[in-house]
Formats: sequence, structure tokens, C-alpha cells
Amino acid sequence: MDHLSSYLVLSAILFSLGLYTVVTRRNAVAILMGVELILNAANINFVAFSKFVTHNLDGHLISVFIIMLAAAEAAVALAIVLNLYNDRGHINVDEANALKQ
Amino acid sequence: MADFIFWMIWVLIVASAALVAFGNNLIHSVFALMGTFLGVAGIYIFLNADFLAVTQIVVYVGGILVLLVFGIMLTNQITTAQISQSSVQKGLGLLVVLSVLTIILTTVLPHDWVGSIVPMAFSETVEGIGRLLFTDYLILFEIASVLLLGALIGAATLARKEL
Repeated sequence: MDHLSSYLVLSAILFSLGLYTVVTRRNAVAILMGVELILNAANINFVAFSKFVTHNLDGHLISVFIIMLAAAEAAVALAIVLNLYNDRGHINVDEANALKQ
Repeated sequence: MADFIFWMIWVLIVASAALVAFGNNLIHSVFALMGTFLGVAGIYIFLNADFLAVTQIVVYVGGILVLLVFGIMLTNQITTAQISQSSVQKGLGLLVVLSVLTIILTTVLPHDWVGSIVPMAFSETVEGIGRLLFTDYLILFEIASVLLLGALIGAATLARKEL
């Protein structure tokens, strides 16, 4: 717990799992969950470097802004997902290959 | 004791994130995501980030996760708690992701990070974050408020019945 590398490995694994979710899932909401995993992995890195390397609060500030961005992104993405569902009756992104039917 | 708790949280995060990535039931994935978010909040506490830990729980678990559950409930005909989901191109995806993970680990682990021997001692971060928000990060803070307003209006416009 007092080594930077344990946080970096955790963050790398979390990022990889998020990336796998984004590239393989068909459901749009599941892809959104993968994006949240990736953002959390980035946040862990920012705060870990803030504690172990730079010794100031800049990493914390960036993490606050990332959390704020994630909230805005989730709200807009879900509005889009609802439109997709109203339009097609499903939210499988591999079948949603046209902007309008 | 603290070491034990740290590694328990570590395992919790990896296991629940794996369930998000590999699970077959969408509802299970969402609840596993809650485990990941709570675990990351615990990691923030180990990293001396008290404000971020609370923000993580309030925004992610209280906000984003509820939004995701709403998204699932509104886009499925719910008859049982089983909402299945499928994946495509698992083999290829796994290959790409494992290569990316290998690249990250071989880059990050051998590197000797400057000053990484001495971690920063704990001090409350709320005052420092508030001070920085209104001095060095003021422009970013104002842009963030405009962005949130834009997201609010955009989401409300997109979700209307007739566009």
C-alpha cells in the first residue's frame, strides 16, 4: 500500500477491463459502464501520482473535473440511448449503423 | 492490518470490474460496478484524498449508477431480474486488451519515478482544493459550470418526445 506500483498495476488492470467492455459489448448502457471504468482508472493514477511524485493537490483537482465530466457525459449519453431505443426498439450498437431509418 | 484492508479492496475492485466486463446479466454488471466505485473510494482514502473519496461515493454511486439503472429499466421489457447481454468478437478484443495491458505494465513498472520513495503525509485536502479552485483553476471551474449547463439543456432537449 506504500508503493506507487501497486496503484499503477490496479489502474492498468481496471483500464484494460474497461477497454474490453467497450470493444466487446453490444448493449449501449454496458459500453457506458466500460467508459466509467476507464475514467476511474485514470483518476486512480492522477491521485496516486499526486501522493507519491508531485506532492501537491493538482492531481486531486483534475480528478474532481474528471468526475464532473463523467456525470455530464452519463446524462447526455443516456438521453441518446433513450432516443435510440424509441427509434429502433433495441440499443445494440453494432446494429445501429445509420443515423436515421 | 491496513495492508490487509488495502489488498482486500484491491481484489474487490479487480473482481467486480471483471464481472462488469465478463458477466452475462446486465443487472449483475451494474451492481458489480457499484462494488468497483466503492472500492475506488477506499483506494482514494489510502491515497490521502478524503474529499475525493466522498465525492466518488456521492457522484458515482448516488448519481451515475442510478442513471445507469434508469437507462437499463427504460430500455428493456422487464419481466424478470434476468436481463441478458451478449458480447461480440471476444477473442480479438481479449487479444487487443491483453497487448495494451502488457504495454502499459512493461512501460510503467521498470520506470524509476522521481521522488516515489517518500509518500506525502496525510493532511486535510478540502481547504486546499477549495483554495485552488478559486485561484489557479478558476477558468477551468467556470468552463466546467458552462459545460454542466450545456449538458443539462442538451440532455433535456434530447430526451423530449418529439425532437
